[in-house]
Amino acid sequence: MDTFIVLVLLTFLAITAIGIIVLRDLLGAVILLGVYSLTAAGAFVVMDAVDVAFTEAAVGAGISTILFLGALSFTRHEQKPRGHDSWVALVFVVVTGGLLIYGTLDMPYYGSADSPSQTHPELAVRYIQESGTEVGPPNIVTSVLASYRGYDTLGETVVVFAAGVAVLSLLGLRRRRPEDEAPEDAPGDIPAADPQDSQRRKV
Amino acid sequence: MKLYPRQRHRVLQVVTKLVIPFVLLFGLYVQFHGDYGPGGGFQAGVIFASAFILHGLIFGLKRTRDVLSPTVLRFMMASGVLLYAGTGLVTMLFGGELLNYSVLAHEPTHGQHWGIFAVELGVGITVTGVMITLFYGFASKR
Repeated sequence: MDTFIVLVLLTFLAITAIGIIVLRDLLGAVILLGVYSLTAAGAFVVMDAVDVAFTEAAVGAGISTILFLGALSFTRHEQKPRGHDSWVALVFVVVTGGLLIYGTLDMPYYGSADSPSQTHPELAVRYIQESGTEVGPPNIVTSVLASYRGYDTLGETVVVFAAGVAVLSLLGLRRRRPEDEAPEDAPGDIPAADPQDSQRRKV
Repeated sequence: MKLYPRQRHRVLQVVTKLVIPFVLLFGLYVQFHGDYGPGGGFQAGVIFASAFILHGLIFGLKRTRDVLSPTVLRFMMASGVLLYAGTGLVTMLFGGELLNYSVLAHEPTHGQHWGIFAVELGVGITVTGVMITLFYGFASKR
């Protein structure tokens, strides 16, 4: 049954991915990206990786979609039609994709008995058996993430921080000038009739 | 007296106001219940940030900035990382290795509990700050 559900979800994933490629409407593509992440989250739940699924749903389907929508407001909602297709790009993409798929052939199959975590179970067994008395939390993922691998998570937090600093220095938050103090139009507001106001919004 | 004189999507604004407290509450639940169920600082930070982003989408960036100014966000971004790294330093002061929380209390598991609590809080604060900053960065360029 699990295999069947995963197969259905993976089929959905493939269809969504093709949809994202084919769509010229960028807004639709962004929404489909959200659908893609949500479907992936569903697949993770079936594979019992609840924490990963949670992150995928919150980050992939939630925040990324909103940030993509924000990026869309810089540009048009329609992909620019191109007169010719670049064969070089196609060859490059096919070769890269082929190499990536070739790389996955070395990976163990899902749930396979001779994956490294099955042939060397000492670490997993230790986490499962000892983390309750050694660290405490019933959620072993939290024990591994915050305690056993606390140093890695510190690095991840620094990466998130660095990303924030990078965005701040690239996009920059507009400093509040006196003219910004006038209430900005909320998306739900009717545009102001005052011409000066509309001029300001164009800036 | 009308609070928002030029409003069109009144239903959206009212529903948003109703929803935001529950989103924040769920964020806190995910943050502090991560020891017992799925969740933790990262997911909680994203959920917490999404409440503010929702507010910004519906009420406009200006009003959200009044609630949470970019300066506060910058402090949040840095203080989360500092809280995490500071916990590591405190464990070293207590005579343990970096981020070995067992030394924080008499009972090792209690120390671990406090350590994980502080560290996850640090992750949550940083992620919240960065995510809202990203949104401000994109939205203020319009």
